[in-house]
Amino acid sequence: MTQTRTVSRNKLFGIPLPAGHTGVDLIISALRIIIVALIIIGAGNTLLEGRFTFEQWLALLFAGLAQGSIYALIALGYTLVYGILRMINFAHGDVFMAGAFTTVFLANSFRQSGFLDSQPLLAILILMGFAALVSMTVAVLLERIAYRPLRNAPRLVPLITAIGASFFIQYTFRGLFGSGFKAYPTVAFLRGTFSVGSINVPIAQLFVFVSAIVLMICLYWLVERTRIGKAMRSVSEDKEVATLMGVNIDLIIVFTFAIGGALAGAAGVINGLFRPQGVNFFMGFFPGIKAFTAAVLGGIGNIPGAMLGGMFLGVIEAIGPNLVLNGLGIPSANQLKDVIAFTMLVLVLIFRPQGILGERLSAEKA
Amino acid sequence: MSTLAANWRSVIRSGLIAGGVALYTALIGMLVAFDEREVVRNSFTLGQLLLVAPAVLVGWLSGRQSTQVPAGQRLLRGLVAGLVTSLPLLALMFVSSVVNLRTVLINVDRDLVRLISFDHGVGLSGALMLAGALGVSGILGAFVHLIPARLRHALLTALAWMLGAGILGELVRQLLSQFLDREALSWFLRRDTLKPEPAALLFVVVLLADLFWSWFRETRGRREGPAPRALQFTRVGGLAVLLLLLPLLVGSAISDVLTNIGLYILMGLGLNIAVGLAGLFDLGYVTNFAVGAYTMGVLTSTGVLGIENKMGVTVFNFWLVLPVSLLVAMFTGFILALPVLRMRGDYLAIATLGFGEIIRLLALSDWLKPIIGGAQGVLFIPAPNFFGVELIGPQRLYYIILGACLLAVFVSSRLNNSRTGRQWMAIREDEDVASAMGINTARSKLLAFTISAATGGVAGAIFAAKLGTIFPTSFNLLVSVNVLSLIIIGGLGSLPGIIVGALFLVGLPELLREFDEFRLLLYGTLMVTMMLARPEGLWPSAVYQREVRRGEERAPPQAGEQAA
Amino acid sequence: MSNVVLSARGMTKNFGGLVAVDNLDFEIIHGAIASIIGPNGAGKTTFFNCVTGFYPIDDGELIFEGHDINGWSSDHIARAGIARTYQNIRLFNHMTVIENIMVGQEAHLRSTWMGAILGTAGTKRENRESEEEARQLLQFVGLQGKGDLIADNLSYGDQRRLEIARALATRPHLLLLDEPTAGMNPRETAETTAFIRRLRDDLDITLMLIEHDMRVVMGISEHITVLDHGRKIAEGPPKEIQNNPDVIEAYLGRGAAGSTSA
Repeated sequence: MTQTRTVSRNKLFGIPLPAGHTGVDLIISALRIIIVALIIIGAGNTLLEGRFTFEQWLALLFAGLAQGSIYALIALGYTLVYGILRMINFAHGDVFMAGAFTTVFLANSFRQSGFLDSQPLLAILILMGFAALVSMTVAVLLERIAYRPLRNAPRLVPLITAIGASFFIQYTFRGLFGSGFKAYPTVAFLRGTFSVGSINVPIAQLFVFVSAIVLMICLYWLVERTRIGKAMRSVSEDKEVATLMGVNIDLIIVFTFAIGGALAGAAGVINGLFRPQGVNFFMGFFPGIKAFTAAVLGGIGNIPGAMLGGMFLGVIEAIGPNLVLNGLGIPSANQLKDVIAFTMLVLVLIFRPQGILGERLSAEKA
Repeated sequence: MSTLAANWRSVIRSGLIAGGVALYTALIGMLVAFDEREVVRNSFTLGQLLLVAPAVLVGWLSGRQSTQVPAGQRLLRGLVAGLVTSLPLLALMFVSSVVNLRTVLINVDRDLVRLISFDHGVGLSGALMLAGALGVSGILGAFVHLIPARLRHALLTALAWMLGAGILGELVRQLLSQFLDREALSWFLRRDTLKPEPAALLFVVVLLADLFWSWFRETRGRREGPAPRALQFTRVGGLAVLLLLLPLLVGSAISDVLTNIGLYILMGLGLNIAVGLAGLFDLGYVTNFAVGAYTMGVLTSTGVLGIENKMGVTVFNFWLVLPVSLLVAMFTGFILALPVLRMRGDYLAIATLGFGEIIRLLALSDWLKPIIGGAQGVLFIPAPNFFGVELIGPQRLYYIILGACLLAVFVSSRLNNSRTGRQWMAIREDEDVASAMGINTARSKLLAFTISAATGGVAGAIFAAKLGTIFPTSFNLLVSVNVLSLIIIGGLGSLPGIIVGALFLVGLPELLREFDEFRLLLYGTLMVTMMLARPEGLWPSAVYQREVRRGEERAPPQAGEQAA
Repeated sequence: MSNVVLSARGMTKNFGGLVAVDNLDFEIIHGAIASIIGPNGAGKTTFFNCVTGFYPIDDGELIFEGHDINGWSSDHIARAGIARTYQNIRLFNHMTVIENIMVGQEAHLRSTWMGAILGTAGTKRENRESEEEARQLLQFVGLQGKGDLIADNLSYGDQRRLEIARALATRPHLLLLDEPTAGMNPRETAETTAFIRRLRDDLDITLMLIEHDMRVVMGISEHITVLDHGRKIAEGPPKEIQNNPDVIEAYLGRGAAGSTSA
């Protein structure tokens, strides 16, 4: 049955490639070079023209960090769930929406009763708690009803379920609260600015940044220092061993969804105070995708990675259009802010799916 | 004794779940929206039907669990289940009379209260009406089990026909108007609503026909076995004639629905090549649709963006551009597939979703506005012209779409039954092993993406010619999700499944206007419940059935199932 | 040209900090049956994975029939003539037995997708021929009559045979068998051992085995390589290996001796 044969090389459009290389490798390398070149040309042009002052860049940076910390909070939900279940909770953006959308009513009633102006910090804390509770409930129900029965199903089945659940949640809230846009009240003390050197930073940005950092520190403490956090980590390392050690897996998974949901809900309120407009049933889609990008960027499954990835994405999104696209001569570059985010998403998935801080996935294949 | 208590507990629990569902349909506004449509004139509406449906279902379930129990007790269980179902709605009724919920929950309004109290308003009589109606529905649900099997089958079939004709009144009207004059039609329908007399007539006719049919089958005995060749030919021939005559039979309005369904079938067939056959979870299928549509738009438009005005090229018409759209879509499909070839499963899904969004945002942007019109889109795309006959209007476009669908069916079934199909199947099952067996997985996947894209491009091109104008808003994520849900719900990898899925998911909401608002809710719910209960889809392909149902023992079909 | 089929020189493979294969030199000559043994985690399967192109190696070279195959993709290597089976059987579980084998033939099928769409005579002929060849292979491995079963429904022993048949369908020069007798009773093990010999004698295929059952290893192989922690600690004919003190210490001396009769 054996016979001699000539070994043929891989070909790209009929041209033989160096042995061992596939056309795909070559094209991906070419793509990498083109992108790097475009970024350098764009950024170089912008900087040489001196279109923006240093202060303007710093202002963009701060805005990006504020936006990024919201992404980071949502991204934590993706990362926590992925760490434990190895699944992408596609509906997590809608968990964020659930908290933000529901709490808008409470926030406005606080405003009307004057509570928000007399006790702003307390009111904001209550709002965050309420939103966290709503999102947590949605996340836990989601896990219980849609994901738990599918824990051992082929990998695409939970993904399809998650897409379905995403639409279910969106349109449920549309049915409950209507399809119109709502807005959060503006809080007086967030309106001002403070100056660092020669630039003015809006207090709202600082507020967003600080509250996100506080929440992340709480999470870090929870995961690193508490019993249940240790149990979570052990489940994410090895489910079977964790079971043998007496960890209740179901409980840990529910807890993970609950934490992720709570963070997303709190992020919903922070987002609402930072950017009051545009609250509706679809508001979770873009932040959801971007937070997912952030999570992948930082190395999915990796908690500090999600924080870093979120900040990074926020900054890129703020600076990228002005720096690169402007320099390439593309008009109204800020329209393409979301294109930058999505391009980042695709590029990360292509070139570094394990993320900035992630080494684990690639080793897992072994 | 304890099992008895457990039984009652389960009755109450399922009653509460059903009550939760009923409350949900009330709060999201489904009940009120469906109340707009009368099923049988002056008798009952779709909203009322939806209101009692959970109670009937839960009554049916409660009665089923207890076969040894005497009939009276089974009915009692149905009653209790129905009554429990009404509790959440009763609570809503009273809370809404005390607190104004409407500031938050926009659907808790007077219309809802009127509907759930059966016009009696908040108060004792309204509450009694609601509880009574749901309780009786529960009893009816349980009663179904007590009817002899043959009669039950006939009754349920007759009921389904009657309700179907009532709900799809518009379709019935369109169909009948092809054969009947106005006067005769008005005996059946008033506007789009079935009148009580024809409804009753339909019920009785179907009932008798079904009874006769089951009696006939029993006395003649069954003749099973492969259908003779002649019969198969007749069937295929009959189907062909039906497909050809369909737009003439159903009239223009329904033909329009048919063309929409057809476009979705076409896209479904295309996406099925990537997702169903090769296992490549593509969430950015709209990209191909958009590329096809914009190619058709820019090349044939007689407006400012058209190539005719820009460069004075006038040779392009629909028939010439159709293959061009196909090639352009193939090319973009190929290019976009290259970087994602290494990705698997969920990462691939997210990356392709990213592509879809990038394309939409680019189409919307000012940057490309000089070429593809930005938010204003491309206007003045002429309808196709067939040897001088302008193929305008759905009844003519239907044939183009039918042709494209048949071609897509032919190509995908040929490929699926060839070496290429085997490669895709192997990649879907275990990509590493497929590669170790000598399959160039990158090339196979590229092929799947490219052919899939080509089909989407053709659909987009026809879509552009059909509408005459295209806007970026037509090319959003929802298109991808619609197509994906119809092939998933129909059954991945299954060609008949795609058709069933499209009829159900695209056709039904178009025929039922009230449904449209809840269309995506329906998709979401169906996708989740499908994955939980029947992951292989409504009409699964044989291979997927094996994949999804692994480990479950296959029980031989029971004889009783046929009768039930 | 010498009759060395596969040779590795200084081959090294790391996973993060872990060295799975460490500076390995290895040779196998045409028509040989060679075994690789060693305790769990010694790097045996990693070695197979590197040879079949699943992982690129980090250092050293890997020569197959005169070609440096390091960095080649798996399918390329399969087409060059190396086939394998897996420790935990990896069939296409939901495809039929015949379809599984026909996937194995991919390496030398010529028909194209265009041919499939157009239904050309060549495509049809090739399809007929490959199905015919697949049926012959079924006969050869003793699975005749089971061609239309779903692979998942085969018995364990039949699944092992099918996996070998699928590998044979690639028409390999070198066949890597990863624990071919794992989970078999003594009678099945004996049958499989005889069958492996037939592969070499009848089909002129060079064979490399990873195996834990010492009776099989000692009975069948002409050459044994012992790995421990990714390093080669001994090699030679069975008799020598049996008496090698290093091997006894690394392998048999760990209380695992009870399971072997060596």
